[in-house]
Amino acid sequence: MRIIVPIKQVPETNAVKMDEKTGTMIREDVEAIVNPLDLYAIEIAIRVRQQEGGEVVGVSMGPPKAESALKEAIAMGIDSGVLVSDKAFAGSDTWSTSYVLSAAIRRMGRFDLIICGERATDGDTGQVGPGIAGLLDLPAATYVSRIDKISNGYCRVHRLVEDGYEVLDVELPAVLTVVKEVAEPRLPTLRGKQKARKTNIEVLSAGDLDVDAARLGLNGSPTRVVKIFRPKVARECRMLEAGDEAAIEKAAEQVVEFLRERELI
Amino acid sequence: MAKDQYKGVWILAEQNAGRVQRVSFELLTRGRALAEKLRRSLTAVIFGFSIPEQELQGLIDRGADEVLAVEAAQLAHFQVEPYARCMLGLLSEHKPEIVIAAATSMGRTLMPYVAVKAHAGLTADCTELDIEKDTNNLLQTRPAIGGNILATIKTPEHRPQMATVRPHSTRAAEPQQGRKGVIRRIRAPQDALGSRTKRVDFVANRAEHGLQDADLVVTVGRGIKKGENISLIRALADSLDAAVGATRDVVDRGWLSYPHQVGLSGKTITPKLYMGVGVSGSIQHLAGMQTSENIIAINIDPDAQIFRVAEIGIVGDLFEVVPVLTEKIRQATNKRQR
Repeated sequence: MRIIVPIKQVPETNAVKMDEKTGTMIREDVEAIVNPLDLYAIEIAIRVRQQEGGEVVGVSMGPPKAESALKEAIAMGIDSGVLVSDKAFAGSDTWSTSYVLSAAIRRMGRFDLIICGERATDGDTGQVGPGIAGLLDLPAATYVSRIDKISNGYCRVHRLVEDGYEVLDVELPAVLTVVKEVAEPRLPTLRGKQKARKTNIEVLSAGDLDVDAARLGLNGSPTRVVKIFRPKVARECRMLEAGDEAAIEKAAEQVVEFLRERELI
Repeated sequence: MAKDQYKGVWILAEQNAGRVQRVSFELLTRGRALAEKLRRSLTAVIFGFSIPEQELQGLIDRGADEVLAVEAAQLAHFQVEPYARCMLGLLSEHKPEIVIAAATSMGRTLMPYVAVKAHAGLTADCTELDIEKDTNNLLQTRPAIGGNILATIKTPEHRPQMATVRPHSTRAAEPQQGRKGVIRRIRAPQDALGSRTKRVDFVANRAEHGLQDADLVVTVGRGIKKGENISLIRALADSLDAAVGATRDVVDRGWLSYPHQVGLSGKTITPKLYMGVGVSGSIQHLAGMQTSENIIAINIDPDAQIFRVAEIGIVGDLFEVVPVLTEKIRQATNKRQR
């Protein structure tokens, strides 16, 4: 089993600033972490390897410092990491990101599974996993909550949908995107950290990939951020003080009255 | 790319066992508004097998001018490869300028899979759609960075312009008597139907469904302080016959399970009544409930953000207010039943 796990480095907090001009995120000066939802992909990949043998390779597209995300994944137990990094990739939307990552994965040799987190907590789109599958022309199972078994070139998975879950047989190689239920991520071990320190992260730049320069980065992205703004809230709230018993009684009556007026009870 | 070759607005309807899903009617509300602004026709595309005629007519009744029903036994259930091939075939044949789908387990899988192959721009999880004056570009607005801000995104050059739309972020279109439209049933091309995924079973989970379909929802926040205090909220919800929702804080503490979670990281709900108890109103929570029809909030902090979206705000200790309110509602509803 050779498993590839795409990993994104994301800002630690939600207090992220935006570049008002380009509408992209300013990533400097914010502590960067492994996308929390990628940890589930890393975990299940390690478990599959423990059962089936083979190796797990992380791949991350991002600035040079995204190397530390791959190192953290190695500290958790994956075998190696590839960083896809080039100034030309800056400002990529999900189309362009899927394009670059799929080109990088093509360069990384044969594999049986690509396991992605459901989405990244910063962009919050969940589009890159299925996008990679589309560009590599692979079958995909999204929202996977369980990998039941792997045998004879298939894996059987549970896929969460709105009203329950589907049991799918998926021919390998394939792309899976996994949700939290799939496995509880482990913490990095001391030995893992030592290994991560010693492991060299391979770096691929645009020149190493079979990509069209016109399709990279902000200029190669089909979508553009037009503006960013704070949500406006336009409701007038009738405030009812409920400080003592009498006030509580009165407030409750007013609520009941309101519910009646609106035919809610 | 010759943009002006692309005309018309498409929505991707969803069916389950031949029944068109409610979320498709929400898309018709969105699609109709866009089609009117552009003065183009609105097409509903649906994949399935032997979909009853009245179901397809229902899409016309609710605003579609045309229905393209692509059918084959292999399309009865969503599988990404055959659905994507059929969709790509339709896109290159008909060249719509806009394609919107619901941000469901299907839409969020199929749309990116198709968009990368079509070299189309795709925006996830939109809560507002509009048309830009002069350019006629689709303006796609979505919460970004944990819901702290909204971003408006467009696809200036590539076509079609694709977007997924958050379920329950708008009303479902109502049927209008006597609306006319064209229903075309298309047999899916045989060479599009191969699939390397196979659905071997399905296990239903009804409990997960309740919250988004509920007309009335009582949502509990961290103000409840302890898991065992949730019984107070359940009693209040029972008095209203309401479903119980929770903030992320409450779910993270294990006081209620994830299916109850309302907000950007949980469910978006638009019930007739949202009652928030001990809910502070983080932006990520507001993103999941602020389009509710009527909002009542109970919180001890008069500056709680939840009051900014509420119509009635009770400033008080929920442990004192909720029992009284529950009793009053019980009395009121019993009277009505007699």
